[in-house]
Amino acid sequence: MSEKYLDHDPNSGHSENEPHIVGPGTYAIIFVCLLIGTAITVGASFLEMGPWNPVVALAIACAKATLVVLFFMHIKYSSKLMKLTVGAGVFTFLILVGMSLSDYISRAWGQW
Amino acid sequence: MSDSHAIAIAGHDSGHEVGHGEHPAYQRHHFVSMEQQNETVSFGMWLFLLTEIMFFGGLFTAYLIYRNWYFPAFVAASHTLNLAEGTINTFVLISSSFTMAMGVWCAETKRSKGLIWSLIGTLILGGIFLGIKYDEYHEKYELHHIPGELFHFNAQGFVHPSAEAIKLGEKPLAPDMAAKTEVYFSLYFAMTGMHALHMIIGMALLSGMLWKASRGGYMNGHIAFVENFGLYWHFVDIVWIFLFPLLYLISRHA
Repeated sequence: MSEKYLDHDPNSGHSENEPHIVGPGTYAIIFVCLLIGTAITVGASFLEMGPWNPVVALAIACAKATLVVLFFMHIKYSSKLMKLTVGAGVFTFLILVGMSLSDYISRAWGQW
Repeated sequence: MSDSHAIAIAGHDSGHEVGHGEHPAYQRHHFVSMEQQNETVSFGMWLFLLTEIMFFGGLFTAYLIYRNWYFPAFVAASHTLNLAEGTINTFVLISSSFTMAMGVWCAETKRSKGLIWSLIGTLILGGIFLGIKYDEYHEKYELHHIPGELFHFNAQGFVHPSAEAIKLGEKPLAPDMAAKTEVYFSLYFAMTGMHALHMIIGMALLSGMLWKASRGGYMNGHIAFVENFGLYWHFVDIVWIFLFPLLYLISRHA
């Protein structure tokens, strides 16, 4: 390795890049949370909540997906670059879906 | 500093003799350190997964828009899905995600037996998921709910629901709306089918990984493939986490 890189030690002052091994204890807790989340979302679908049924179902799905991304996919323990990449991806996704849907919803606005 | 510059410098001090052997054999020469290589590898995997999210996002958006347009048809068609099998499949897939996460941990901590059993568990749970999915598809086939030539006979079932279905609160649909249940089933098969295809690809990769692990592979610290496959498998799990409520649950009381 060239001396050029002596001041480029990735471990100096980059504690966020240190590999972090997520252990079975954490995985087990998240696993149980996901099982409970599934049970709750199925249970909630039997309740009559009117327009809130889809909202509750999607909120629980988002919570479960967040747990999977943060812990099973290690994003909680990843570098800022990875966090930003995932965040930017989700943000772009929400823009694409959100703006498509708002277009369809507002096309006939006031004409009903 | 660009990589080309780094290679030029390495060539200048005749690279391999100077300081070589201080890094693992699986570290590529264009990376400064293993940390940088690992970061790059998972960064690339995440970019791929984000394109996958956009791909499924298109299907989700189509589903939501058509559900808005043909709401009564989507509600009636959703009621024909097998909720029990869908729920069991959700539990099965979450369990397979857990066994895969354990597999990644075993690879990280160099537990050969643990890795092999985790991969076997993941493979079996994936197989159970596809088996249950097959049973659901088969039920749809028998009910003529598969879009195509035979479908229009069945649309009559939504115009004239059976007496017991009416007792359960099923409302008869107008014939033109009943025909739109085919749109629901088209999207149902497109979304669950693409998800199942991802699982089949995943199980093929799993089998290859299991073959290598059973011969002592992944025990030298070079586990980028296991980690990236873990990310892929969890992504497939996340897709199902959203497919399940959207297809099976949200229309139950509508």
